[in-house]
Amino acid sequence: MTTAPPPVVGPSPVAAGGRAGRVPARFVPVLVTFGLFVALFAVGGLRYEAFASGQVLLNLLIDNAFLVVLAVGMTFVILTGGIDLSVGSVVALSTMVTAAMLRAGWSAPVVIVAVLAGGALFGLAMGAVIHYLEIQPFIVTLAGLFLARGLCYLIDLSSIPITDPLFRDLSQTAIPLGEDMFLTPSVLVALAAVAVGAYVLHLTRFGRTVYAVGGNQQSALLMGLGVGRARVGVYVISGFCSALGGLLFSVYLLSGYSLNAVGMELDAIAAVVIGGTLLTGGSGYVLGSLLGVLVLGTVQTIISFEGTLSTWWVKIVIGLLLLAFVVLQRILAVGPRRRRAPAPAPSAPAGRTDPPQGDG
Amino acid sequence: MTAVPQPGPDAAPLLEMTGISVAFGPVRALDGVDFRLHAGEVHALMGENGAGKSTLIKALTGVYPVDAGRVVLDGAEVAFAGPAQAQAAGISTVYQEVNLCPNLSVAENLLLGREPRRWGRIDGRGVRRRAREVLARLHLDVDPASPLDSHSIAVQQLVSIGRAVQVDCKVLILDEPTSSLDADEVAELFRVISRLRADGVAILFVTHFLDQVYAISDRTTVLRNGRLVGEYRTAELPRLQLVSAMVGRELETLEQLERVPAEPASQAVAPVLAASGVSRRGAIEPVDLVVRPGEVVGLAGLLGSGRTELARLLFGADRADTGEITVDGTVLPMRTPRDAISAGVAFTSENRGAEGVVGDLTVRDNIVLAMQAARGLRRIPRRAQDEAAARWIEVLDIRPPDPDALLRNLSGGNQQKVLLARWLATGPRLLILDEPTRGIDVGAKAQIQALVADLAREGMGVVYISAELEEVVRLADRVLVLRDRRPVAELAGEDVEVDRVMELIATGHGEPDAERRGGADWEYGRSDA
Ligand SMILES: Nc1ncnc2c1ncn2[C@@H]1O[C@H](COP(=O)(O)OP(=O)(O)OP(=O)(O)O)[C@@H](O)[C@H]1O
Ligand SMILES: [Mg+2]
Repeated sequence: MTTAPPPVVGPSPVAAGGRAGRVPARFVPVLVTFGLFVALFAVGGLRYEAFASGQVLLNLLIDNAFLVVLAVGMTFVILTGGIDLSVGSVVALSTMVTAAMLRAGWSAPVVIVAVLAGGALFGLAMGAVIHYLEIQPFIVTLAGLFLARGLCYLIDLSSIPITDPLFRDLSQTAIPLGEDMFLTPSVLVALAAVAVGAYVLHLTRFGRTVYAVGGNQQSALLMGLGVGRARVGVYVISGFCSALGGLLFSVYLLSGYSLNAVGMELDAIAAVVIGGTLLTGGSGYVLGSLLGVLVLGTVQTIISFEGTLSTWWVKIVIGLLLLAFVVLQRILAVGPRRRRAPAPAPSAPAGRTDPPQGDG
Repeated sequence: MTAVPQPGPDAAPLLEMTGISVAFGPVRALDGVDFRLHAGEVHALMGENGAGKSTLIKALTGVYPVDAGRVVLDGAEVAFAGPAQAQAAGISTVYQEVNLCPNLSVAENLLLGREPRRWGRIDGRGVRRRAREVLARLHLDVDPASPLDSHSIAVQQLVSIGRAVQVDCKVLILDEPTSSLDADEVAELFRVISRLRADGVAILFVTHFLDQVYAISDRTTVLRNGRLVGEYRTAELPRLQLVSAMVGRELETLEQLERVPAEPASQAVAPVLAASGVSRRGAIEPVDLVVRPGEVVGLAGLLGSGRTELARLLFGADRADTGEITVDGTVLPMRTPRDAISAGVAFTSENRGAEGVVGDLTVRDNIVLAMQAARGLRRIPRRAQDEAAARWIEVLDIRPPDPDALLRNLSGGNQQKVLLARWLATGPRLLILDEPTRGIDVGAKAQIQALVADLAREGMGVVYISAELEEVVRLADRVLVLRDRRPVAELAGEDVEVDRVMELIATGHGEPDAERRGGADWEYGRSDA
């Protein structure tokens, strides 16, 4: 091999990283989401006096901490081009297991560890079936959805209250922030999940492999990357995040109930997509997903401030937002970026090894 | 035509494959093939499309399981379960199609899976520095932070080569690495290869360019129909013998390769294509181009000179900012490929992986795809589909000649032929061919060139793009030379010759430039060993 080139003399290339003035196309969706969030918040602030306060902002995080955690896990899965429909049911199952174990007298730390491990194992099982038996993630996680929900009913049909002191304390702790604002421990957990998620995705080889698999699975395999580890790993992460979300939900409601979190997987998917992650995989950021959750939360808050509007308006607005974002991504993908146009003949997308995922 | 097995240079081979057999269902892709690779040699693996070259490579690196045979690397028997293991054992591979991740940056693609780390986390600055080093070694001037899919196929091919050569490896495998490269990039690659050879790396090299085989390889192994034909010292193997070993019969096609183009069309004939002042910002400056029926117009220029960009504008695959395009006298809206298709324009893209073939459909379905698109919703009767498939499978010698074979199971060259068939089947008025013979073997290349000449003689207009100047010059009646995204000259008649075109490409005007001309032939390689 050749010897290393002599050190470059002259100004150090530090500035090279931040080529100012132009935002790379891949950041645009996240920026758009950020802009949308600011705009929505401004609208709320203009319309309602009490809206534009720091605490309303913090409440968005407090009320949606569990959803943030779910969205982080979901981001990993969607980045590989997969989908995890089981997360809502796993949240419910986690609340049930937590409540039931606490009622049976287990100590809180043991319960927490057991629930987190259980969620990860559930994800591991689904990931292994998806990867090794080559079954579509949509089907496998749909089965997971029914299975986890069914297990809830097996534990108990009615709601189980949580009286454990640790959970009570956690739910009543308010961490003061400045003069008259506060956070909850759940928010810290959620923000930590975002930070860890971003770290893993961008600064570990596992994370880069997740992106590579989403970009082109066949190539990733031929490049000698750990494709199997990444594909199974993302479901483990998602399962773990679901269980963690379930614990936060238990703290939030101080009970476990089989009918908790019905349809929450769709909220998580919506948050990820609004956050700018492509459903086909390979492009997106956990920070975007956090913003996606905040956008959803803001819509909800505005509509609750409105008072007269029914809650189904939330669904309508979220539906419209989703549509807008998918269209935006499409425009970004084929528009200004000199992306090679697809084959002129009407044809199925070529070159992808896994079938397109189901809609969210 | 006797194979003379040569004893290895001195030591035992670094890699020895014996009796390798691989079958895909009823297809025997490899049948008892032996292959030896020595340290410090460049070994060319030759054979027609579908001979089994890529399969041999994939069997070695564990992509496909072997049905029979042993592989010995460095004295120990090995059986890799996948590319990751092969890589860990010191085998670095560039597979035939560009196998990178389009969604990641150039730097990441170079270093995926081997990023420099500090305390367990990827060292971003280290990644960029290493990437810049690798790119500099290939003299490739691209921004390491730019997304891979913003670059041409050639650059992507160079990136995948850069990825393979940057690590210390014992064995380097290059499966058709030069199929999209221009002479200069090939020269650069050969410099890198020579350096590695001098360092004792064993290099396996697959190509369909005979010149490159003779320029760089020490020994040559020829496969035909999944069987070993023989192993030769390249220097002692006459070209004709190499070709006949590949195709299995004495071949007149080499003479045919020197065929002359049809007589030029008269100026009086109304043009089939007339483009005036078409341009697109950042892609190509305004160009005027006229193609008459029966004429083959070549586009020549280096990589990035705008030749592909121009072709895409003519077809409407990208929108032109300015200019007007008429086909057969009618101005085209030229906003989408649809307009072009219904006006009788066909276009084969250089990037077959991403834009062309549909791997999960059969050969027949792929061939009738564009015909069907031209007809809209009315289905083409099955009889007509079968006829079209049978006809083009025969004309282009697509192997296996089975219209029901799934396209992704065909060898790279045969996929390219199917793509060509798809557009020929529409019976276009104007055919735009971007690198149509990329990855196609010598015999089939001559056939395709002959076919293009025939089609022109029957009145079709053809725009022909190829990185191989000889090919362009041989076929074209006129050549439009592009340089730095600008047309610099149009040559016709007597002026269409390789040296003239090369001068124009190098200098932008007709004056000779000795240094650049030197780059045309393959006189480098061994000197710096
Ligand atoms: N996955 C597969 N399934 C079925 N058949 C296959 C598969 N891969 C290759 N083949 C068949 O094996 C034979 C050898 O193909 P291979 O790709 O090795 O050819 P090649 O020598 O590399 O040709 P080319 O020069 O066109 O790249 C071909 O007949 C091909 O159709
Ligand atoms: Mg091949």
